[in-house]
Amino acid sequence: MDSGLLREYLPILIFLALAIGLAGLMILASVIAARQRPDSEKLAAYECGFDAFDDARRKFDVRFYLVAILFIIFDLEVAFLFPWAASLSQIGLFGFWSMIVFLAVLTVGFVYEWKKGALEWE
Amino acid sequence: MAEFWTNFAWPTVTITAQILVIVVPLLVAVAFLTLAERKVIAAIQMRKGPNVVGPFGLLQPFADGLKLLVKETIVPSGANAAVFVAAPMLTFALSLIAWAVIPFDAGLVLADINVGILYLFAISSLGVYGIIMAGWASNSKYAFLGALRSAAQMVSYEVSMGFVIITVLLCVGSLNLSDIVRAQETVWFAIPLFPMFIIFFVSTLAETNRSPFDLAEGESEIVAGYFVEYSSMAFALFFLGEYANMILMSAMTSILFLGGWLPPIAVAPFTWIPGPIWFVAKISLCLFVFLWVRATVPRYRYDQLMRLGWKVFLPFSLLWVVLTAGVLVATGWAPR
Amino acid sequence: MIIQALAFYLFSTVLIAAAVMVISARNPVHSVLFLILAFFNAAGLFVLMGAEFLAMILVVVYVGAVAVLFLFVVMMLDIDFSALRQGFLRYAPIGGLVGIVLLVELMWMATVWAVAPGASEVGVARMPAAAQIPNTQALGLVLYTRYVYVFQAAGLVLLVAMIGAIVLTLRQREGVRRQDIARQISRPRERSVELVKMPPRAGV
Repeated sequence: MDSGLLREYLPILIFLALAIGLAGLMILASVIAARQRPDSEKLAAYECGFDAFDDARRKFDVRFYLVAILFIIFDLEVAFLFPWAASLSQIGLFGFWSMIVFLAVLTVGFVYEWKKGALEWE
Repeated sequence: MAEFWTNFAWPTVTITAQILVIVVPLLVAVAFLTLAERKVIAAIQMRKGPNVVGPFGLLQPFADGLKLLVKETIVPSGANAAVFVAAPMLTFALSLIAWAVIPFDAGLVLADINVGILYLFAISSLGVYGIIMAGWASNSKYAFLGALRSAAQMVSYEVSMGFVIITVLLCVGSLNLSDIVRAQETVWFAIPLFPMFIIFFVSTLAETNRSPFDLAEGESEIVAGYFVEYSSMAFALFFLGEYANMILMSAMTSILFLGGWLPPIAVAPFTWIPGPIWFVAKISLCLFVFLWVRATVPRYRYDQLMRLGWKVFLPFSLLWVVLTAGVLVATGWAPR
Repeated sequence: MIIQALAFYLFSTVLIAAAVMVISARNPVHSVLFLILAFFNAAGLFVLMGAEFLAMILVVVYVGAVAVLFLFVVMMLDIDFSALRQGFLRYAPIGGLVGIVLLVELMWMATVWAVAPGASEVGVARMPAAAQIPNTQALGLVLYTRYVYVFQAAGLVLLVAMIGAIVLTLRQREGVRRQDIARQISRPRERSVELVKMPPRAGV
């Protein structure tokens, strides 16, 4: 346990607490300062003049899930690149080519999804 | 007890004071950014912009803030109240805590962590939650559609942002933000990595849901997108969060590509000006481009937006990662 | 070191409380949000151990990416969650059994690690001190060279995941007109615009 390292993180923790506190305070201040007179029309979901037909949460196109999954994969790829970028000069040519092979494998996947039309949006 | 005071209470007090030194000017900057936006767009469209409240309309943002404060907080009857209120708070808090690691000058940073850039990347990847939570909790079709679009959009551009950050890290060899700035003493990365600079800037536009990628708001079709149901301070928090994020993204662009607090050339008249002023000047320049883009570029269509992110930026930035690494290894320029 | 201990108890208490809420919350969206809270606190615990890179990656990958997918699924997929809950009691014994097996395995591992000769030195020797080298670099030094096979296997796993996701979810819709930008901009002027000279007052 390195206390020097942890000392750098303490401000972040305090900052987080302060930021959430400030946000809560602002909402609370407005709730206290402003006159609250709700009625059922005011609280209805926004529509073009009629009552909402049904629950707004519904199924949507599966493409959104596909985008989320592809994002996870590429995000992991980026995560693998971070230590590589930080230590490139010390791991030599082998480390370099090791990553190139890794990227080549994923590029195969990328070409596949491109050809399959997974990146098309209609 | 004395030990408790020196080890625990006193650091907390000093850190809190330092945080306030960052947060208060930041919030003032956000307030004036909203004014600057209206003024700049007005100038581009040959109008005057707000000029009634205070000299040159300088008090306009505070008048707007006060107005929002005394408005009624509406939580729609179909909404999930806890998540509905938590969403703007989250957006606002995230846009603030990212500033903990931003270096304003050599050594002038609140939390000088080793993985600074990764911290910023993590915070910006969390921004999507405020939007999804708001869109879902409102239980309104417009909010839902806006949230869905914006979530897919933000994740799409985050990937290329990640690759761009990697190219910069390759040239630095460290994830610490101060090291990244120091590595640019000879030349700003905007010059050797110019295409990456452009991709990064465009991605930040998409990441902050700014025009021309503001489909999440899309006022002409889904009225205001994910925050259509919000009012009063909850709305103000979203607004503040969005503008604070713009400033944050500009700060990130300055640190990664424009040399942070460094002057353009390290010779006499430039070095007299202190670092933080250079930094603020660079942030302001980026922010001006944000506003300029908003005033001139029409909104993208959704399929074009996804195409740009996945089929142009992603392969191109990946190629640049490989190219940069190849050049660095081949020439032995890779930093130790 | 009071702060460190306080932070540890704060993170671990919230982590466990959030984990309990994940499985006991009525609303599945709340479950996912509590899961995110749990991830956050786990990241905090990582930082306390000095593993800052892992902490950030946990937030980037799990909170920033995986949990987004979870939220997409539970928020917007029409699953009848009350029907899912009906089976809770039926599956409780199986779930409990899996939990107990995992617990026994973990305890087994911990015992072996503590008892086996030389095991403790192996763990210590691999890990460089955080003060000497930032642990991102430390990870980079071994991941791509010493553990190259594992690393490449991870790449293959990602490839399979990518192909699997496409095979499972991609449906081509009929009758969709797509924009072909290359075709649009390669169209010559002669084929789209025609200039016609008209004599004045002649009509068409």
